[in-house]
Amino acid sequence: MKVLVPIKRVVDYNVKVRVKADHSGVETSGVKMSMNPFDEIALEEAVRLRERGQATEVVAVSIGNADCQSVLRTAMAVGADRAILVQTDEALEPLAVAKLLAAMVAREEPSLVMMGKQAIDDDMNATGQILAAKLGWPQAAFASVVEVSDGRARVTREIDGGHETLSVALPAVVTADLRLNEPRYASMPNIMKARKKPLATVPADELGVDTAPRLSVVEVVEPPVRKAGVVVGSAAELVSKLRNEAKVV
Amino acid sequence: MTALVLLEIEQGAVRQASRSAVAAARAFGDVDVLVIGEGAEAASRLDGVARVLKADCATQAEAVAALLAQLATGYSHVVGGATSFGKNVLPRLAGLLDVQPITEVIAIVDADTFQRPIYAGNALATVRSRDAIKVLTVRAANFDPVAEGTGAASVEGVSGPDAGVDVRFEGMELSQSERPELEAARVVVSGGRGLRDAEHFKLLEPLADRLGAAIGASRAAVDSGFAPNEMQVGQTGKIVAPELYIAIGLSGAIQHLAGMKDSRVIVAINKDPDAPIFQVADYGIVGDLFEIVPQFQSELG
Repeated sequence: MKVLVPIKRVVDYNVKVRVKADHSGVETSGVKMSMNPFDEIALEEAVRLRERGQATEVVAVSIGNADCQSVLRTAMAVGADRAILVQTDEALEPLAVAKLLAAMVAREEPSLVMMGKQAIDDDMNATGQILAAKLGWPQAAFASVVEVSDGRARVTREIDGGHETLSVALPAVVTADLRLNEPRYASMPNIMKARKKPLATVPADELGVDTAPRLSVVEVVEPPVRKAGVVVGSAAELVSKLRNEAKVV
Repeated sequence: MTALVLLEIEQGAVRQASRSAVAAARAFGDVDVLVIGEGAEAASRLDGVARVLKADCATQAEAVAALLAQLATGYSHVVGGATSFGKNVLPRLAGLLDVQPITEVIAIVDADTFQRPIYAGNALATVRSRDAIKVLTVRAANFDPVAEGTGAASVEGVSGPDAGVDVRFEGMELSQSERPELEAARVVVSGGRGLRDAEHFKLLEPLADRLGAAIGASRAAVDSGFAPNEMQVGQTGKIVAPELYIAIGLSGAIQHLAGMKDSRVIVAINKDPDAPIFQVADYGIVGDLFEIVPQFQSELG
């Protein structure tokens, strides 16, 4: 069984982003970039499936400019067998990404697409579900447990009040939630080995997909700043403030 | 223009997040609602609902999205709450319709233009859609829910196509709690790693009971096993905006603040005076939570 793992290169989790002065977006030049954390979790799960003998090959795919090669090298250092960069300089929306991924699924014919539930830049939480729709495949989004056997994936999903378990026939799209696993770090020997693993490049326009944006950004602004309030000296004073000033208890 | 809102029903009542979605959708014109299974009667009473569509299909994303895709051609907007259900179904619908969904909407500027948080709420983007049908999920905390109401909208049966996928539902486990739902609670009491362990985390329970509050947790507290996943408040957990949010032994990491900083009044109890939570708190107490929480509770009476 082949597993395809889409990987997005995003502003690193620890960077506090700044809105550009012209309000056209956030500052991304000169900022540390990394693999989207939810994609790390998805990749870890795919690698574990292969280590358990349930998957035979893990293929990482990224969509973006040539800089995305670095996250694909990281993916191979963690355990992906090979990688494909779908190269484009355009900034793509989830719909366009899903369509390009659908085209790559048609080429690669994986049994499972294992991907992060959302990217921490646009926080859209949509690409996996759109991809599943485009492919006509079942989806199991927000996974916290994944078990594969007999051509099916049994997936425990996080839902608002707890969790539910679905069994979906493969091929399917599964999106990883935060607690699916703890991703490993790439070891130095594996980082060296990853340099020799195959990384293919496919120009995005070769895939014949309409990637025209559907949204235009009107403006990007800082969120309103909440002022710090007062530090009170005792629980009694706190209750008095909550009763008489804030009137919430 | 008419909007279609995907409702969620819980124990015969329309979930608050769905009533917030109806409130948001009223900005676009008339509102029809879709109910899967039971709950059409409660839906027909909602304020501002013109028509209830009732279907008896499976509640899995594939079936619901297929049904919505069939209904959507008659609508300018399809809207749902940014709940685990809405976030699962509506992007799939967008894929079927070939439109770019707009998720986690916090403000509606006009029929084509919406504001949503990006980068864990560290920036707010206003985007304009050129898709013919807009597919949106909206954050309940940002739209006052419509009342459960006394209306009598007409109810009409609808049925969708076979989704053509093999998905079996195997089971569901919901946390049993008498407390209000996190996203709908007027008061939320949240704990962090300062509570030390799962046993001490229970210290929050009597306080929550006294205040009629829901209990939340930081990611650190959930990661450490003090509280279950579904209690997590933050960017990757629940987004809440109660009247009163009480953060106890919780430092206030950016990703936590993203989930609660729209609360009306924030109280922080923490022994570290430099904890970032104090930068957003209206009232803070610096000190040992194991002393302060019981005092706080006894002062409340």
